[in-house]
Amino acid sequence: MIFAEFFYGAMAIALGAFITLIRIMLGPSVPDRVVGVDTLNTLVVAGMILLGAAYDRVIYIDIAIVYALLSYIGTLVIAKYLQGGLE
Amino acid sequence: MIKSIIYVFLAISITFNLLGSFSLHRFPDVYTRLHGATKCTTFGTIFAVLAVIVHAIWQIKEIGDPKYLQMALHSLVALIALMLTNPTGAHAIAKAAHLSGYKPAKAVIDAYERKLRGEEA
Repeated sequence: MIFAEFFYGAMAIALGAFITLIRIMLGPSVPDRVVGVDTLNTLVVAGMILLGAAYDRVIYIDIAIVYALLSYIGTLVIAKYLQGGLE
Repeated sequence: MIKSIIYVFLAISITFNLLGSFSLHRFPDVYTRLHGATKCTTFGTIFAVLAVIVHAIWQIKEIGDPKYLQMALHSLVALIALMLTNPTGAHAIAKAAHLSGYKPAKAVIDAYERKLRGEEA
């Protein structure tokens, strides 16, 4: 059984992810692209939780937890690299 | 009744997520883009998870399957992880962008730069 309202909500959030993707491709500087990637990660987590509710699979929500923590570590590493740390 | 609560939460979530991704195109520099995108997407994701939790509690009452209790608790854990990590990541990006030389556009006062130079802000 599929819950249609969560599925269409996930589709709308995917539309927002595509709008964010345009900024990642256009972005004039490196921090602009990093901001775009951070926004995209949050949107992917929200869409994954909604898809897990739509298809009745709890495992999608577990993957969303792991994706949130790993994307946070990725953002921190890129920020540390940008400010000239990592010696 | 419960359906309408879920619809309202989903509508708030989709509105704020779309506003967050549009704000990436409407603001002039990195810091204002970060402000708009991070706040709006965090708020929108909170309401998406609230919709899922309301749906799961309703399914527990209707069907009585313990799988839905697991769904509610795991989405709560995902929400807590996101709320702890998202502002920290935004702070790290803003500090890294300032330290690597990107100045705020049209800003009159830059308090962080004064603090870096040792003056009183």
